[in-house]
Amino acid sequence: MNSPGTAVVVRDLEKRFGDFVAVNRVSFEVKRGEIFGFLGPNGAGKSTTIRMLCGILIPSGGAGTVAGLDILTRQEEIKANIGYMSQKFSLYEDLTVEENIDFYSGIYRIPAEKKQARKEWVLQMAGLKEHLHSRTGTLSGGWKQRLSLGCAILHEPPVIFLDEPTSGVDPISRRQFWDLIYELAGKGVTVFVTTHYMDEAEYCDRIALIYRGELIAMGAPADLKTEKLREDSIAPSMEDLFVSLIEAHDRDARPQEEVRR
Amino acid sequence: MKLFRVRAIARKEFIHIVRDPRSLGMAIAVPMLLLSLFGFALTMDVDKVPLAVWDQSGTPDSRELIAQFSGSRYFNIRVQARNYREVVRAIDSREALAALIVPADFADRMGAGQVVPVQAIVDGSDANTATIAMGYARVVTFAYSQQLALREVQRVGGAAINLPVEVRPRVWYNGDMESKNYIIPGLIAVIMMVIAALLTSLTVAREWERGTMEQLISTPVRGPELILGKLLPYFAIGMLDVLLAVLMGEFFFDVPLRGNVGLLFAVSAIFLSGALTLGMLISIVTKSQLLASQLAMVLTFLPAFLLSGFMYDIGNMPKFIQGITYLIPARYFVALLKGIYLKGIGLEILGMEALLLVVFGALVMVVANLKYRKKVTV
Repeated sequence: MNSPGTAVVVRDLEKRFGDFVAVNRVSFEVKRGEIFGFLGPNGAGKSTTIRMLCGILIPSGGAGTVAGLDILTRQEEIKANIGYMSQKFSLYEDLTVEENIDFYSGIYRIPAEKKQARKEWVLQMAGLKEHLHSRTGTLSGGWKQRLSLGCAILHEPPVIFLDEPTSGVDPISRRQFWDLIYELAGKGVTVFVTTHYMDEAEYCDRIALIYRGELIAMGAPADLKTEKLREDSIAPSMEDLFVSLIEAHDRDARPQEEVRR
Repeated sequence: MKLFRVRAIARKEFIHIVRDPRSLGMAIAVPMLLLSLFGFALTMDVDKVPLAVWDQSGTPDSRELIAQFSGSRYFNIRVQARNYREVVRAIDSREALAALIVPADFADRMGAGQVVPVQAIVDGSDANTATIAMGYARVVTFAYSQQLALREVQRVGGAAINLPVEVRPRVWYNGDMESKNYIIPGLIAVIMMVIAALLTSLTVAREWERGTMEQLISTPVRGPELILGKLLPYFAIGMLDVLLAVLMGEFFFDVPLRGNVGLLFAVSAIFLSGALTLGMLISIVTKSQLLASQLAMVLTFLPAFLLSGFMYDIGNMPKFIQGITYLIPARYFVALLKGIYLKGIGLEILGMEALLLVVFGALVMVVANLKYRKKVTV
């Protein structure tokens, strides 16, 4: 299922919580070094999908690989090859910046000769040099986000998963954060990022729109817009594009529901 | 299991503890406080029973009897009553726990060689003390009667005689029969059980509640590494608590420590590992700090207090309850501590208890590892 050019492959991935279908048989591929945007409103199934790919949630059905490793059987190996940044800030607030970095260096076993360089890199990248000994809880949102990213990629994983990394962060910090993502992608790192900011979709190489657990559109942002342009003959904004895609999906889905009644 | 990850976790956990001085203070002060409180309050000794006396006779004979009471170390005459109402008041107000009433014809009847009944009233609302006080009263009067009888025999027969049989009681291990000597060692066991489980009951649940667990489970860290790493700093605190408790027993309560001190700390270490892991298991299963701490309290305190043989002798319990006590790890630790402290015995006699503590520790360790999942549920 995996070729050397793909970082993530998913076929019919499904997650049910009781009767509720959170992710309904989604399939997609992410190429190595690509910035892949996973878009959708809250509750669409973005986090659920990302958690299944990171090996911290067991899929109900389907198959897939991450970094060439099966997501059903080799979850622990996947964990050594990915970086994951969850939606909620999840570093230790009572530890200092340095202690958090040291902790994750220890967990990922960064070799002693590289440790200092990686720490410097994170501090530089996050702009936290002067705050080395500050408690993490006292940092502002943008700093926390960049420190989280830094701790998640200390071990230089080939694939990183970012779950709404920029939510609740000011526009300048968001911009800085995306500069970092570009920098990483430039080095060949595959970036899988979820967001509900439509402007951020433009920054991605390819995007997938997930709505009510289903994948309703996928492609490069420009291609999706061109398709839309053919129908309406007005150049759409990203936001218009998504609203119309979602409405079209609802129109298609509703008649069926009525028939079923 | 990789030791470098255990070390990383242990170091991080240690920083958490140091950064939270209130919890650290609690972890060290609470055992000391409990030990002092229970150590002083939980005395089973009945000493110097406050006594009310109503001497209706008022003769040298009656005063001699009363002197037997006031002269013994068991009674302390607090009230000299002049009528029955004053006796009742003294007992109702707990000014006296017992009363001695000498009848008006005491001297006359004694002079006539009759048996003279003397009334002893005991406050039964405290049954344990009442029983002991009654026993003391019997012993004091019996000794006095015996003395009188011998004097009479000697007067009539003209020669001193001796009683043919005499018991010479000798109490081993706790010569003065001081209750603190057996309460303190047991108390150390009970307190350590509760504190150890409480200490670790928050650690895993806290990470789930704060969301830090989600980050942690996305890394290659393994369950046993996490559990062991989290245990280590708390183990250090637990051993410090044991050390402080032993020092308090030695210098504060003067409890004799006759056995091997090394063995004492070795079995404490085994017990602590099990009790700390039990707290961790509760934390793993509940994923909620509030629930975990409450559960840890209930699951450890009551069984350790009531069913460990710390205060209530297991041999006196109904057979069914006796069976349950085998499931209480504190039971073995209490037996070990009492044995080491008072009898100075070692593994040659307490080997089975020590082995069962190891089994308990290994069992909770295995269950905790089985129950810990590196997965989110929602």
